[in-house]
Amino acid sequence: MPDGATVKTAMLEVSDLQAFYGESHVLHGVNLEVRQGEVVTLLGRNGAGKTTTMRSIMGIVGKRTGSIRFQGRELIGMAQHNIPRLGIGYVPEERGIFASLNVDENLTLPPVVKEGGMTVQQIYELFPNLQGRGSTQGTRLSGGEQQMLAIARILRTGASMILLDEPTEGLAPVIIEQIGVAVRKLKQRGFTILLVEQNFRFAATIADRHYMMEEGHVVDMIPNNQLAANMEKLHTYLGV
Amino acid sequence: MSTIFGIPPQALFGQLLLGLINGSFYALLSLGLAVIFGMLNVINFAHGALYMLGAFVAWLLLTMAGIGYWWALLLAPLVVGAFGVLLEKTLLSRLYKLDHLYGLLLTFGLALIVEGVFRHFYGVSGQPYPIPDLLRGGQNLGFMFLPNYRGWVVVASLVVCLATWYAIERTKLGAYLRAATENPVLVQAFGINVPLMITATYGFGVALAGLAGVLAAPIYQVSPLMGSNLIIVVFAVVVIGGMGSILGAVLTGYGLGLLEGLTKVFYPEASNIVVFVIMAVVLLIKPAGLFGRER
Repeated sequence: MPDGATVKTAMLEVSDLQAFYGESHVLHGVNLEVRQGEVVTLLGRNGAGKTTTMRSIMGIVGKRTGSIRFQGRELIGMAQHNIPRLGIGYVPEERGIFASLNVDENLTLPPVVKEGGMTVQQIYELFPNLQGRGSTQGTRLSGGEQQMLAIARILRTGASMILLDEPTEGLAPVIIEQIGVAVRKLKQRGFTILLVEQNFRFAATIADRHYMMEEGHVVDMIPNNQLAANMEKLHTYLGV
Repeated sequence: MSTIFGIPPQALFGQLLLGLINGSFYALLSLGLAVIFGMLNVINFAHGALYMLGAFVAWLLLTMAGIGYWWALLLAPLVVGAFGVLLEKTLLSRLYKLDHLYGLLLTFGLALIVEGVFRHFYGVSGQPYPIPDLLRGGQNLGFMFLPNYRGWVVVASLVVCLATWYAIERTKLGAYLRAATENPVLVQAFGINVPLMITATYGFGVALAGLAGVLAAPIYQVSPLMGSNLIIVVFAVVVIGGMGSILGAVLTGYGLGLLEGLTKVFYPEASNIVVFVIMAVVLLIKPAGLFGRER
């Protein structure tokens, strides 16, 4: 058995997940689990189904079957707007900063769903770049700052699990470093994180385990401490 | 008595006041249309009919139940808003996945039905609605005579427009509305019930039309056709201001009302078409409208 699989029960448990966009069948039986406090990545090529897996968890794909259990509760069939209220925060790939809202409004937009979220002050300590930018239009921030804001606004809500979709995409190395520091701090604070990444070097610095996706399902799982031994396999999966 | 540009001041200010009154209704109606379009992407052709419905509810309350103007000001928008919620829940909500045109066609059909029903029962001749006692008479401002009720309409519509603008641009609820207008899927993924917001937005937008109808009842006669007479100009106002722009709808509403009034003074022959000429020019130069953002 691989490392992490021996402890506790899963916080998020996805089994035989199938998802469809209209006529096209995108996920073909995804199985994965994320335990409390873990950082788990989904790795794979473009179109492997990583983002769709996240969107399926949030209930924003056309149709899905199978099972997604969060803290024991089944998400499939649940009203869309109730899923985040269980304590799941979503940071989409395109960041989704609202142009018609300023930074403050963007930051405070997601409603608080659980107790114990971070305060705005704590968020500013984590992302100092956002401090003093409150009245700036959200989309006037730089790409890196928008990414920070997209993560920051989830931290207020009290969500215990964060779905992070490609937080490093299109960012300069120095910004990626900052995001990495922040994600590690979030892990220390006890957040459970499911991370989609193309950049596996970044993923290797923060994750506990990696799931490999290919053609709509999970083909392998590699614990982070066995990454070095599995480099060859990894290169085949990612085609790098 | 002196003149301004060869026009007696009474005539000039009289027409400007008339323009301001018309502008008040343009602003209230185009504001509702803009809010609805922003959130639902539906061009609400039923807006004129719902404005007429507001006036009729006020008139029916008075003639059937003896309920006067001030209560009507509250009750008629509620009735029209509730009717809008019903329409949205049962009909409009089925069309969101289709092209905008279907929403337009549906609401156009609804407008014809609502108008037809009232024509059947009340004919096309208008029913008079008395000015409330409190607002009878007028003020002599020296340069012109201002009927109290008309002053009230201008002030009331200004207050409602400003309050709506404030609620949308400066409050938490407004931030949800703006965000959901931009990206409803993501707002839903934060745990906000977007379908409920859409229903409420439609209800609010048409309630504004109902309110405009009550305000209009003592000025224009209460007639089944009062909506369709007005709504074409209001659509032109929305196009000029920019679809979905709140501030644009309000400013353009008042601005074009005043401009129409001025045209009546200086070149009366053009007063009925000046808005449409401006619409054509704006569409040529800035297709998204004066205050609109390109989508």
